[in-house]
Amino acid sequence: MPEDVKAHITGVVFQITSKPGDSVAAGDPVIVLESMKMEIPVEAPRAGKVREIKVAEGQTVQEGDTVAILD
Amino acid sequence: MIESVLVANRGEIARRILRAARAAGVRSVAVYSEADAGWPHAREADEAVLIGPAPARESYLNVERILDAARRTGAQAVHPGYGFLSENWRFAQACEEAGLVFVGPSWRVIQQMGDKVGARREMVRAGVPVVPGSDGPVASLDEARRLSAEVGYPVMLKAAAGGGGIGMVKVTDEAGLATAYATAERRAQAAFGSAALFVERYLTEPRHIEVQVFGDRGGQVVHLHERECSIQRRHQKLVEESPAARLSPALKERLTRAAVAGARAVGYVNAGTMEFIVQGDEFYFLEMNTRLQVEHPVTEEVTRLDIVRAQLQVASGEPLPWRQEEIVQRGAAIECRIYAEDPAKNFMPSPGTISRWAPPSGPGIRVDSGVAEGCQVSVHYDPLLAKLVAAGGTREEAIARMQAALESFVAEGLKTAIPFHLRVMASAAFREGRTHTQMVEQGAFNA
Repeated sequence: MPEDVKAHITGVVFQITSKPGDSVAAGDPVIVLESMKMEIPVEAPRAGKVREIKVAEGQTVQEGDTVAILD
Repeated sequence: MIESVLVANRGEIARRILRAARAAGVRSVAVYSEADAGWPHAREADEAVLIGPAPARESYLNVERILDAARRTGAQAVHPGYGFLSENWRFAQACEEAGLVFVGPSWRVIQQMGDKVGARREMVRAGVPVVPGSDGPVASLDEARRLSAEVGYPVMLKAAAGGGGIGMVKVTDEAGLATAYATAERRAQAAFGSAALFVERYLTEPRHIEVQVFGDRGGQVVHLHERECSIQRRHQKLVEESPAARLSPALKERLTRAAVAGARAVGYVNAGTMEFIVQGDEFYFLEMNTRLQVEHPVTEEVTRLDIVRAQLQVASGEPLPWRQEEIVQRGAAIECRIYAEDPAKNFMPSPGTISRWAPPSGPGIRVDSGVAEGCQVSVHYDPLLAKLVAAGGTREEAIARMQAALESFVAEGLKTAIPFHLRVMASAAFREGRTHTQMVEQGAFNA
Protein backbone atom coordinates (compact mmCIF):
# COMPACT_ATOMS: atom_id res chain seq x y z
CA MET A 1 0.00 0.00 0.00
CA PRO A 2 1.57 3.34 -0.97
CA GLU A 3 1.45 5.96 1.76
CA ASP A 4 1.74 9.74 1.60
CA VAL A 5 4.39 11.48 3.70
CA LYS A 6 2.83 14.77 4.79
CA ALA A 7 4.34 18.00 6.09
CA HIS A 8 3.27 18.57 9.70
CA ILE A 9 4.10 22.28 9.55
CA THR A 10 4.30 25.06 6.98
CA GLY A 11 7.83 25.78 5.79
CA VAL A 12 10.35 26.01 2.98
CA VAL A 13 12.02 22.80 1.75
CA PHE A 14 15.57 23.16 3.06
CA GLN A 15 17.04 19.80 2.08
CA ILE A 16 15.91 16.58 0.43
CA THR A 17 17.53 13.79 2.37
CA SER A 18 16.22 10.74 0.47
CA LYS A 19 15.66 9.78 -3.15
CA PRO A 20 13.34 7.42 -5.04
CA GLY A 21 14.38 3.84 -4.40
CA ASP A 22 15.85 4.52 -0.94
CA SER A 23 14.74 2.26 1.88
CA VAL A 24 13.78 4.18 5.00
CA ALA A 25 12.91 3.12 8.54
CA ALA A 26 10.04 4.60 10.52
CA GLY A 27 11.21 7.97 11.88
CA ASP A 28 13.94 8.52 9.26
CA PRO A 29 13.93 12.04 7.77
CA VAL A 30 12.66 12.09 4.18
CA ILE A 31 13.06 15.86 3.70
CA VAL A 32 14.00 18.74 6.00
CA LEU A 33 11.86 21.89 6.20
CA GLU A 34 13.01 25.28 7.37
CA SER A 35 10.50 27.40 9.21
CA MET A 36 11.15 30.47 11.36
CA LYS A 37 14.88 29.75 11.57
CA MET A 38 14.34 26.13 12.64
CA GLU A 39 15.22 23.05 10.62
CA ILE A 40 12.49 20.47 11.04
CA PRO A 41 12.71 16.97 9.55
CA VAL A 42 9.63 15.40 7.97
CA GLU A 43 9.91 11.78 9.01
CA ALA A 44 8.76 8.56 7.36
CA PRO A 45 5.59 7.39 9.17
CA ARG A 46 6.64 3.75 8.66
CA ALA A 47 9.38 1.66 7.05
CA GLY A 48 9.30 1.41 3.27
CA LYS A 49 10.84 2.34 -0.03
CA VAL A 50 10.64 5.93 -1.32
CA ARG A 51 8.59 5.91 -4.55
CA GLU A 52 8.51 9.62 -5.28
CA ILE A 53 9.64 12.97 -3.88
CA LYS A 54 6.92 15.55 -4.63
CA VAL A 55 8.80 18.76 -3.73
CA ALA A 56 11.97 20.63 -4.67
CA GLU A 57 14.46 22.51 -2.51
CA GLY A 58 13.36 26.11 -1.92
CA GLN A 59 9.67 25.30 -2.44
CA THR A 60 7.12 26.45 0.16
CA VAL A 61 4.86 23.71 1.50
CA GLN A 62 1.74 24.07 3.63
CA GLU A 63 0.85 21.95 6.64
CA GLY A 64 -0.78 18.75 5.35
CA ASP A 65 0.83 18.86 1.88
CA THR A 66 2.20 15.58 0.56
CA VAL A 67 5.99 15.82 0.23
CA ALA A 68 6.78 12.22 -0.74
CA ILE A 69 5.18 8.83 -1.37
CA LEU A 70 6.33 5.57 0.20
CA ASP A 71 5.75 2.20 -1.44
CA MET B 1 25.07 63.18 17.97
CA ILE B 2 24.88 61.42 14.61
CA GLU B 3 22.34 63.00 12.28
CA SER B 4 20.77 59.84 10.81
CA VAL B 5 20.70 56.06 11.28
CA LEU B 6 19.70 53.13 9.10
CA VAL B 7 18.18 50.22 11.01
CA ALA B 8 19.34 46.98 9.39
CA ASN B 9 16.69 44.79 10.98
CA ARG B 10 12.96 44.13 11.19
CA GLY B 11 10.11 43.54 13.64
CA GLU B 12 10.13 44.59 17.26
CA ILE B 13 13.83 45.45 17.50
CA ALA B 14 13.70 47.68 14.43
CA ARG B 15 10.79 49.57 16.01
CA ARG B 16 12.64 49.84 19.32
CA ILE B 17 15.63 51.45 17.58
CA LEU B 18 13.39 53.72 15.49
CA ARG B 19 11.74 54.96 18.70
CA ALA B 20 15.10 55.72 20.28
CA ALA B 21 16.23 57.57 17.14
CA ARG B 22 13.06 59.67 17.08
CA ALA B 23 13.40 60.54 20.77
CA ALA B 24 17.01 61.62 20.16
CA GLY B 25 16.11 63.72 17.11
CA VAL B 26 18.01 61.40 14.76
CA ARG B 27 16.57 60.89 11.25
CA SER B 28 15.73 57.20 10.71
CA VAL B 29 15.84 54.89 7.71
CA ALA B 30 14.17 51.47 7.76
CA VAL B 31 14.82 48.62 5.35
CA TYR B 32 12.27 45.94 4.56
CA SER B 33 11.79 42.85 2.42
CA GLU B 34 8.87 42.23 0.07
CA ALA B 35 7.27 40.08 2.80
CA ASP B 36 7.40 43.01 5.25
CA ALA B 37 5.86 45.72 3.03
CA GLY B 38 3.31 47.55 5.19
CA TRP B 39 4.66 46.11 8.46
CA PRO B 40 4.95 48.56 11.35
CA HIS B 41 8.76 48.93 11.20
CA ALA B 42 8.57 49.84 7.51
CA ARG B 43 5.91 52.48 8.17
CA GLU B 44 7.34 54.21 11.21
CA ALA B 45 10.72 55.38 9.94
CA ASP B 46 11.29 58.75 8.29
CA GLU B 47 12.21 56.83 5.17
CA ALA B 48 11.96 53.14 4.20
CA VAL B 49 13.83 51.23 1.50
CA LEU B 50 12.76 47.94 -0.08
CA ILE B 51 15.90 45.76 -0.13
CA GLY B 52 14.75 42.51 -1.71
CA PRO B 53 12.61 39.37 -1.62
CA ALA B 54 11.43 37.55 1.50
CA PRO B 55 14.34 35.09 2.03
CA ALA B 56 16.73 36.74 4.52
CA ARG B 57 19.87 36.05 2.47
CA GLU B 58 18.36 38.16 -0.34
CA SER B 59 17.31 41.00 1.97
CA TYR B 60 18.21 41.39 5.66
CA LEU B 61 21.40 39.33 5.29
CA ASN B 62 22.46 40.99 2.05
CA VAL B 63 25.34 43.33 2.90
CA GLU B 64 25.49 45.00 -0.52
CA ARG B 65 21.80 45.88 -0.61
CA ILE B 66 21.87 47.32 2.89
CA LEU B 67 24.97 49.41 2.17
CA ASP B 68 23.33 50.57 -1.05
CA ALA B 69 20.22 51.65 0.89
CA ALA B 70 22.47 53.61 3.27
CA ARG B 71 24.21 55.33 0.36
CA ARG B 72 20.97 56.22 -1.41
CA THR B 73 19.36 57.69 1.71
CA GLY B 74 22.52 59.42 2.95
CA ALA B 75 22.36 57.60 6.29
CA GLN B 76 25.33 58.38 8.50
CA ALA B 77 25.17 55.32 10.78
CA VAL B 78 23.91 51.72 10.76
CA HIS B 79 22.30 49.97 13.74
CA PRO B 80 22.28 46.19 13.21
CA GLY B 81 19.87 45.21 16.04
CA TYR B 82 20.31 41.54 17.02
CA GLY B 83 20.44 38.44 14.82
CA PHE B 84 20.89 38.90 11.04
CA LEU B 85 24.18 40.78 10.44
CA SER B 86 24.69 42.05 13.99
CA GLU B 87 27.58 39.72 14.86
CA ASN B 88 29.01 39.46 11.36
CA TRP B 89 32.39 41.20 11.60
CA ARG B 90 32.63 41.47 7.81
CA PHE B 91 29.45 43.57 7.80
CA ALA B 92 30.80 45.86 10.53
CA GLN B 93 34.06 46.16 8.57
CA ALA B 94 32.16 46.90 5.33
CA CYS B 95 30.25 49.68 7.12
CA GLU B 96 33.51 51.20 8.33
CA GLU B 97 35.02 51.01 4.84
CA ALA B 98 31.91 52.67 3.40
CA GLY B 99 32.38 55.55 5.84
CA LEU B 100 29.36 54.58 7.96
CA VAL B 101 29.27 54.61 11.75
CA PHE B 102 28.51 51.07 12.97
CA VAL B 103 26.44 51.21 16.17
CA GLY B 104 28.34 48.54 18.09
CA PRO B 105 31.89 47.50 18.91
CA SER B 106 34.71 47.52 16.36
CA TRP B 107 34.74 44.72 13.79
CA ARG B 108 37.97 43.43 15.31
CA VAL B 109 36.26 42.81 18.66
CA ILE B 110 33.28 41.15 16.96
CA GLN B 111 35.71 38.86 15.13
CA GLN B 112 37.72 38.15 18.27
CA MET B 113 34.72 37.27 20.46
CA GLY B 114 33.01 35.33 17.65
CA ASP B 115 35.86 32.81 17.66
CA LYS B 116 34.81 30.71 20.66
CA VAL B 117 38.27 29.20 21.28
CA GLY B 118 39.99 32.58 20.99
CA ALA B 119 37.38 34.23 23.23
CA ARG B 120 37.90 31.55 25.88
CA ARG B 121 41.68 32.10 25.85
CA GLU B 122 41.22 35.86 26.05
CA MET B 123 38.94 35.49 29.08
CA VAL B 124 41.41 33.14 30.82
CA ARG B 125 44.06 35.85 30.35
CA ALA B 126 41.69 38.44 31.84
CA GLY B 127 41.13 36.25 34.91
CA VAL B 128 37.52 35.36 34.00
CA PRO B 129 36.61 31.76 34.95
CA VAL B 130 35.81 29.38 32.06
CA VAL B 131 34.29 25.87 32.13
CA PRO B 132 37.10 23.44 33.05
CA GLY B 133 38.10 21.48 29.98
CA SER B 134 40.43 21.29 26.99
CA ASP B 135 41.95 24.47 25.65
CA GLY B 136 41.53 23.23 22.07
CA PRO B 137 40.62 20.04 20.18
CA VAL B 138 41.90 16.86 21.83
CA ALA B 139 44.31 14.75 19.79
CA SER B 140 43.28 11.25 20.86
CA LEU B 141 41.16 9.08 23.14
CA ASP B 142 44.13 8.91 25.52
CA GLU B 143 44.28 12.67 25.79
CA ALA B 144 40.51 12.80 26.33
CA ARG B 145 40.91 10.23 29.13
CA ARG B 146 43.65 12.21 30.83
CA LEU B 147 41.71 15.51 30.52
CA SER B 148 38.43 13.98 31.71
CA ALA B 149 40.12 12.66 34.85
CA GLU B 150 41.59 16.10 35.40
CA VAL B 151 38.33 18.09 35.07
CA GLY B 152 36.25 15.39 36.78
CA TYR B 153 33.26 13.34 35.57
CA PRO B 154 30.62 13.78 34.26
CA VAL B 155 32.14 15.38 31.17
CA MET B 156 30.72 16.50 27.85
CA LEU B 157 32.31 15.70 24.49
CA LYS B 158 31.58 18.51 22.02
CA ALA B 159 32.28 18.93 18.32
CA ALA B 160 35.05 21.51 17.93
CA ALA B 161 33.48 22.77 14.70
CA GLY B 162 29.95 22.62 16.05
CA GLY B 163 27.45 24.63 17.99
CA GLY B 164 23.84 24.75 19.09
CA GLY B 165 24.15 21.62 21.17
CA ILE B 166 24.42 19.36 18.11
CA GLY B 167 26.59 16.27 18.46
CA MET B 168 27.26 16.62 22.18
CA VAL B 169 27.70 13.40 24.17
CA LYS B 170 27.60 13.21 27.97
CA VAL B 171 29.98 10.77 29.68
CA THR B 172 29.25 9.80 33.27
CA ASP B 173 32.41 7.79 34.07
CA GLU B 174 35.69 6.55 32.62
CA ALA B 175 34.22 3.15 31.71
CA GLY B 176 31.89 4.83 29.23
CA LEU B 177 34.46 7.15 27.67
CA ALA B 178 35.74 5.01 24.76
CA THR B 179 32.26 4.27 23.39
CA ALA B 180 31.10 7.87 23.85
CA TYR B 181 34.26 9.18 22.17
CA ALA B 182 33.60 7.05 19.08
CA THR B 183 29.95 8.16 18.97
CA ALA B 184 30.84 11.85 19.35
CA GLU B 185 33.52 11.62 16.63
CA ARG B 186 31.04 10.00 14.26
CA ARG B 187 28.36 12.62 14.96
CA ALA B 188 30.79 15.51 14.65
CA GLN B 189 32.07 14.19 11.34
CA ALA B 190 28.53 13.74 10.00
CA ALA B 191 27.21 17.10 11.14
CA PHE B 192 30.21 19.40 10.71
CA GLY B 193 32.66 17.55 8.44
CA SER B 194 35.26 17.41 11.20
CA ALA B 195 35.64 14.78 13.92
CA ALA B 196 37.65 17.10 16.21
CA LEU B 197 36.33 17.09 19.79
CA PHE B 198 36.58 19.16 22.96
CA VAL B 199 36.28 17.86 26.50
CA GLU B 200 34.40 20.00 29.03
CA ARG B 201 33.04 19.43 32.50
CA TYR B 202 29.31 18.66 32.31
CA LEU B 203 27.30 21.03 34.47
CA THR B 204 24.16 19.58 36.03
CA GLU B 205 21.13 21.86 36.08
CA PRO B 206 23.06 25.14 35.85
CA ARG B 207 21.61 28.65 35.74
CA HIS B 208 22.19 31.13 32.92
CA ILE B 209 23.07 34.54 34.31
CA GLU B 210 24.43 37.35 32.17
CA VAL B 211 25.72 40.85 32.79
CA GLN B 212 24.92 43.86 30.62
CA VAL B 213 28.09 45.83 29.99
CA PHE B 214 28.68 49.13 28.22
CA GLY B 215 31.92 50.77 27.16
CA ASP B 216 32.83 54.05 25.52
CA ARG B 217 35.72 55.22 23.36
CA GLY B 218 37.41 56.83 26.34
CA GLY B 219 37.99 53.37 27.82
CA GLN B 220 35.28 53.62 30.45
CA VAL B 221 33.41 50.31 31.03
CA VAL B 222 30.38 49.93 33.31
CA HIS B 223 27.88 47.17 34.03
CA LEU B 224 24.08 47.52 34.21
CA HIS B 225 23.63 44.59 36.59
CA GLU B 226 22.59 41.04 35.78
CA ARG B 227 19.77 39.19 34.04
CA GLU B 228 18.77 35.60 34.63
CA CYS B 229 17.68 33.69 31.52
CA SER B 230 17.56 30.08 32.74
CA ILE B 231 14.20 29.24 31.16
CA GLN B 232 15.17 28.22 27.64
CA ARG B 233 14.55 25.53 25.10
CA ARG B 234 16.88 24.48 22.30
CA HIS B 235 19.33 27.10 23.63
CA GLN B 236 16.78 29.86 23.01
CA LYS B 237 15.62 31.98 25.92
CA LEU B 238 11.92 32.20 26.76
CA VAL B 239 11.80 34.12 30.05
CA GLU B 240 14.33 36.63 31.38
CA GLU B 241 14.45 38.71 34.53
CA SER B 242 16.46 41.19 36.52
CA PRO B 243 17.60 40.85 39.26
CA ALA B 244 18.37 37.12 39.25
CA ALA B 245 16.34 35.51 42.03
CA ARG B 246 18.20 34.38 45.15
CA LEU B 247 21.61 35.48 43.91
CA SER B 248 23.91 36.17 46.85
CA PRO B 249 25.43 39.68 46.94
CA ALA B 250 28.89 38.12 47.05
CA LEU B 251 28.35 36.05 43.89
CA LYS B 252 26.72 38.99 42.12
CA GLU B 253 29.73 41.12 42.94
CA ARG B 254 32.10 38.50 41.48
CA LEU B 255 29.95 38.17 38.34
CA THR B 256 29.76 41.89 37.58
CA ARG B 257 33.46 42.35 38.37
CA ALA B 258 34.41 39.51 35.97
CA ALA B 259 32.10 40.90 33.27
CA VAL B 260 33.65 44.36 33.41
CA ALA B 261 37.18 42.91 33.50
CA GLY B 262 36.44 40.76 30.45
CA ALA B 263 34.93 43.63 28.48
CA ARG B 264 37.78 45.95 29.44
CA ALA B 265 40.37 43.34 28.40
CA VAL B 266 39.12 43.39 24.80
CA GLY B 267 38.63 47.18 24.69
CA TYR B 268 34.88 46.83 24.39
CA VAL B 269 32.91 49.84 23.12
CA ASN B 270 29.08 50.15 23.10
CA ALA B 271 26.51 47.72 24.58
CA GLY B 272 27.39 44.06 25.04
CA THR B 273 26.53 41.09 27.21
CA MET B 274 28.82 38.74 29.07
CA GLU B 275 27.02 35.39 29.45
CA PHE B 276 27.86 33.02 32.29
CA ILE B 277 26.66 29.66 33.50
CA VAL B 278 26.31 29.37 37.22
CA GLN B 279 26.32 26.23 39.33
CA GLY B 280 26.13 26.66 43.08
CA ASP B 281 28.68 29.30 43.99
CA GLU B 282 30.77 28.83 40.84
CA PHE B 283 30.37 30.66 37.55
CA TYR B 284 31.94 30.22 34.13
CA PHE B 285 32.18 32.40 31.03
CA LEU B 286 29.94 31.10 28.24
CA GLU B 287 30.26 33.72 25.51
CA MET B 288 30.04 37.41 24.82
CA ASN B 289 27.24 38.82 22.69
CA THR B 290 28.76 41.79 20.91
CA ARG B 291 25.43 43.52 20.25
CA LEU B 292 22.17 44.70 21.75
CA GLN B 293 20.41 41.79 23.45
CA VAL B 294 16.77 40.76 22.88
CA GLU B 295 16.14 40.97 26.64
CA HIS B 296 17.63 44.46 27.19
CA PRO B 297 14.19 45.83 28.29
CA VAL B 298 14.32 44.07 31.69
CA THR B 299 17.54 45.95 32.39
CA GLU B 300 15.99 49.21 31.19
CA GLU B 301 13.01 48.67 33.50
CA VAL B 302 15.06 48.09 36.65
CA THR B 303 17.65 50.82 35.92
CA ARG B 304 15.27 53.34 34.29
CA LEU B 305 17.92 53.91 31.61
CA ASP B 306 17.58 53.95 27.81
CA ILE B 307 20.21 51.53 26.52
CA VAL B 308 19.46 52.10 22.82
CA ARG B 309 19.69 55.87 23.10
CA ALA B 310 23.03 55.45 24.89
CA GLN B 311 24.17 53.22 22.00
CA LEU B 312 23.54 56.08 19.57
CA GLN B 313 25.36 58.55 21.84
CA VAL B 314 28.42 56.34 22.30
CA ALA B 315 28.51 55.52 18.56
CA SER B 316 28.57 59.30 17.99
CA GLY B 317 31.78 59.48 20.01
CA GLU B 318 30.17 60.85 23.16
CA PRO B 319 31.20 59.49 26.58
CA LEU B 320 28.89 57.11 28.46
CA PRO B 321 25.93 59.10 29.82
CA TRP B 322 26.18 57.44 33.27
CA ARG B 323 28.83 56.68 35.87
CA GLN B 324 28.79 53.26 37.56
CA GLU B 325 27.44 54.62 40.86
CA GLU B 326 24.47 56.19 39.04
CA ILE B 327 23.34 52.83 37.67
CA VAL B 328 21.03 51.47 40.35
CA GLN B 329 18.88 48.35 40.13
CA ARG B 330 15.42 49.03 41.62
CA GLY B 331 12.55 46.58 41.98
CA ALA B 332 12.21 43.67 39.56
CA ALA B 333 11.32 43.11 35.90
CA ILE B 334 10.43 39.97 33.94
CA GLU B 335 10.19 39.46 30.19
CA CYS B 336 8.20 36.76 28.41
CA ARG B 337 8.98 36.26 24.73
CA ILE B 338 5.75 35.96 22.77
CA TYR B 339 6.78 33.58 20.00
CA ALA B 340 4.58 32.34 17.17
CA GLU B 341 5.08 28.77 18.31
CA ASP B 342 2.86 26.00 19.56
CA PRO B 343 3.95 25.01 23.08
CA ALA B 344 1.59 22.02 22.91
CA LYS B 345 3.56 20.70 19.91
CA ASN B 346 7.06 21.02 21.36
CA PHE B 347 7.32 24.69 20.31
CA MET B 348 6.86 24.00 16.60
CA PRO B 349 6.72 27.18 14.48
CA SER B 350 3.22 28.52 13.91
CA PRO B 351 3.18 30.90 10.95
CA GLY B 352 -0.11 32.56 10.00
CA THR B 353 -2.00 35.82 9.67
CA ILE B 354 -2.72 37.78 12.83
CA SER B 355 -6.51 38.17 12.89
CA ARG B 356 -6.74 39.90 16.28
CA TRP B 357 -3.96 41.65 18.21
CA ALA B 358 -4.60 43.47 21.46
CA PRO B 359 -1.56 43.52 23.77
CA PRO B 360 -2.12 44.32 27.45
CA SER B 361 -1.31 47.60 29.18
CA GLY B 362 -1.36 48.96 32.70
CA PRO B 363 1.04 49.91 35.51
CA GLY B 364 4.43 48.29 35.08
CA ILE B 365 3.54 46.73 31.72
CA ARG B 366 5.65 47.29 28.60
CA VAL B 367 5.11 45.59 25.25
CA ASP B 368 7.77 45.78 22.55
CA SER B 369 5.86 44.44 19.56
CA GLY B 370 6.81 44.04 15.93
CA VAL B 371 3.40 43.18 14.54
CA ALA B 372 -0.11 44.51 14.02
CA GLU B 373 -3.48 43.05 13.06
CA GLY B 374 -3.42 41.72 9.50
CA CYS B 375 0.33 41.02 9.49
CA GLN B 376 1.19 37.76 7.80
CA VAL B 377 3.81 36.07 9.97
CA SER B 378 5.91 34.14 7.46
CA VAL B 379 8.19 31.14 7.65
CA HIS B 380 11.19 33.25 6.63
CA TYR B 381 12.09 34.91 9.93
CA ASP B 382 12.47 34.41 13.64
CA PRO B 383 9.08 33.69 15.33
CA LEU B 384 9.31 36.52 17.88
CA LEU B 385 6.12 38.60 17.70
CA ALA B 386 6.53 40.71 20.82
CA LYS B 387 8.20 40.94 24.21
CA LEU B 388 5.94 41.36 27.20
CA VAL B 389 7.71 42.99 30.15
CA ALA B 390 6.25 43.37 33.65
CA ALA B 391 7.99 45.44 36.30
CA GLY B 392 7.17 45.87 39.98
CA GLY B 393 8.55 47.03 43.28
CA THR B 394 9.19 43.39 44.17
CA ARG B 395 9.55 40.17 42.18
CA GLU B 396 6.16 39.01 43.52
CA GLU B 397 4.50 42.16 42.19
CA ALA B 398 6.17 41.74 38.79
CA ILE B 399 4.98 38.10 38.61
CA ALA B 400 1.39 39.10 39.53
CA ARG B 401 1.38 41.82 36.87
CA MET B 402 2.84 39.40 34.31
CA GLN B 403 0.12 36.83 35.03
CA ALA B 404 -2.66 39.38 34.62
CA ALA B 405 -1.07 40.73 31.42
CA LEU B 406 -0.64 37.25 29.91
CA GLU B 407 -4.27 36.42 30.69
CA SER B 408 -5.55 39.52 28.89
CA PHE B 409 -3.16 39.32 25.90
CA VAL B 410 -5.22 38.82 22.72
CA ALA B 411 -3.25 37.26 19.85
CA GLU B 412 -5.37 35.30 17.37
CA GLY B 413 -4.79 33.67 14.01
CA LEU B 414 -1.75 31.69 15.10
CA LYS B 415 -0.50 29.77 18.12
CA THR B 416 1.69 31.58 20.66
CA ALA B 417 3.82 30.73 23.68
CA ILE B 418 1.36 32.52 26.03
CA PRO B 419 -0.10 29.31 27.60
CA PHE B 420 3.44 28.13 28.37
CA HIS B 421 4.31 31.43 30.07
CA LEU B 422 1.18 31.22 32.24
CA ARG B 423 2.31 27.80 33.47
CA VAL B 424 5.80 29.14 34.21
CA MET B 425 4.40 32.08 36.22
CA ALA B 426 2.15 29.70 38.20
CA SER B 427 4.88 27.14 38.92
CA ALA B 428 6.41 26.80 42.37
CA ALA B 429 9.89 26.45 40.87
CA PHE B 430 9.72 29.82 39.13
CA ARG B 431 8.04 31.57 42.05
CA GLU B 432 10.71 30.30 44.39
CA GLY B 433 13.49 31.26 41.99
CA ARG B 434 14.69 27.69 41.55
CA THR B 435 15.14 27.53 37.77
CA HIS B 436 17.85 26.02 35.58
CA THR B 437 18.54 25.69 31.88
CA GLN B 438 17.47 22.05 31.58
CA MET B 439 13.96 22.48 33.05
CA VAL B 440 11.97 22.98 29.85
CA GLU B 441 13.51 19.90 28.20
CA GLN B 442 12.79 17.93 31.39
CA GLY B 443 9.12 18.86 30.98
CA ALA B 444 8.88 20.96 34.15
CA PHE B 445 6.26 23.29 32.65
CA ASN B 446 4.26 20.79 30.58
CA ALA B 447 0.47 21.10 30.64
